[in-house]
Amino acid sequence: MAMKFEKKSGGGYLLDICGYVCPHPQIYTKQALGKIKEGDHLEVVFDNPSSSESISQMCEQRGDEIIEKKREGGKFTFIIEKG
Amino acid sequence: MEEKRNAICAFIVAGLLILISLLYYRTNTYYIYLVVYIWFGVAYGLLLQYGRFCFASAFRDLFAIGVPRMIVGIITAMTVFSLVTALLTANKMGTFHPGPLGIHEVIGGFIFGIGMVLAGGCASGTLYKSGEGNGTSMLALLGIIFSQAILVNTSLFDKFLTGYAFKLPTITLAKTKIISDMFPGSAKYFVGNFLINTVIPSILLILVVYFFWFRKGFMKRRLKKKKGGKTLGDDFAGLWGLMAASKRTSIAGLLIGIVSGLHVWTMKGMQIKFGASNFGYLLTRMGHVADVSSRGTVFDPGYWYITTQEAQVGAWVLEKFGFNMRHNIFFGVMNGVPELWRNPALWMSIGIIAGSMMMALLNKEFAIKIPRGELIVWGLLGGIGMGIGARVALGCNIGAFFIRIAGGDPGGWLFGIGMVLGSYVSVKFFNWWTARKMATEMEAF
Repeated sequence: MAMKFEKKSGGGYLLDICGYVCPHPQIYTKQALGKIKEGDHLEVVFDNPSSSESISQMCEQRGDEIIEKKREGGKFTFIIEKG
Repeated sequence: MEEKRNAICAFIVAGLLILISLLYYRTNTYYIYLVVYIWFGVAYGLLLQYGRFCFASAFRDLFAIGVPRMIVGIITAMTVFSLVTALLTANKMGTFHPGPLGIHEVIGGFIFGIGMVLAGGCASGTLYKSGEGNGTSMLALLGIIFSQAILVNTSLFDKFLTGYAFKLPTITLAKTKIISDMFPGSAKYFVGNFLINTVIPSILLILVVYFFWFRKGFMKRRLKKKKGGKTLGDDFAGLWGLMAASKRTSIAGLLIGIVSGLHVWTMKGMQIKFGASNFGYLLTRMGHVADVSSRGTVFDPGYWYITTQEAQVGAWVLEKFGFNMRHNIFFGVMNGVPELWRNPALWMSIGIIAGSMMMALLNKEFAIKIPRGELIVWGLLGGIGMGIGARVALGCNIGAFFIRIAGGDPGGWLFGIGMVLGSYVSVKFFNWWTARKMATEMEAF
């Protein structure tokens, strides 16, 4: 288990925080959003159910837009456009 | 296919609990008392998992990422429960007992707050997350179990109880002279315990959260859409927006408040039916005298509670390894060390894990997650912190905070202040920790 934050080859960023539990996914997501520019896309992949609710509300309050939410099994993928 | 498999597993868990309930009922009618605890535990577990309802996230998410959803959920649950408790107390159907009022509640809350953020879940959150298969929470649970059992078995803890805690006053606002003189009869419970101790501080808390964390972002979004400047109406809309930001959490809060009230009512009904104010007396009637304390009692709160029964599990295990766990006040005089299958409050905890597991299975959120690396350290350390904090404060986020505030005990707010401060310290630590790791990752950019 290791946190991965990288630039994607096709543009945008990937933050993979699978295996982490609260509060790590939401704190890493906030930190990653703080590192990228307005309009950039951040793909967040995590598997901690409680974090989905917190990350969604955080984005709404910050003015970031979640443009895609996917769920496969226990894995969540959010694509966030920084506002 | 996965959905069907999960549904079958959820039915198996429910089936097992039904079977256990029937076996208890068949063995002795008194065991219906345990069955009631099991099924209220299940209800709590279902709701906690549905609402992702964890007290740890209340101030942690507020401080760490500016999200207040859980504070709203907790306030909703507490207010509803307080109203039901006032109603039950007015009708002599309450089971609530206030705790000793003192600075230990702030100190215990502080240690507990540090622990719950490190572990990623509060005492009740640790149970429901264990039900989801979260291994870090299972480690935290171990930490809570054994840190408490070891701490209360020391002479230092006996001195803390006899030399300090037992000398402190225990109050509810309804029983204070000023409130009972001004509002005689049943009104004192609604004014003192519900209105003054729960509703007014809750409204103030919501206003603080709104003005310091929520308003700025809300107004920015709202003013983008509408013409003209800010009006008072915008603030009302903002407050409503705060309350309704996470419907799932708010609905869970509402239902938890109702279930907690029904739980108290049902337990009191059981006590009246069997003519015993504590399950220990029923255990004695059945001949299980080794289970009970020197007073003939076992831990039987009569409402939602988490940590003391976990300490009893630790004592039970340590006894099997030859330790004497009864030469102390906590187990020997107050709570006893019943066999696990005859421990009433423990069945509530098992019910919470089972209820959460069922909900997680049905939501396709159940997965065994084995903790690795740093999570092992955070889980264990956090659990130990929560265990120690809960014993110092004589309760956890449920017994020392939620239940006490709703019951009219101002000491619940003291625990809350400590818990907030502890959460803040842990969030600061995690912010530093994660920023350090992010910086390392970004070296590759």
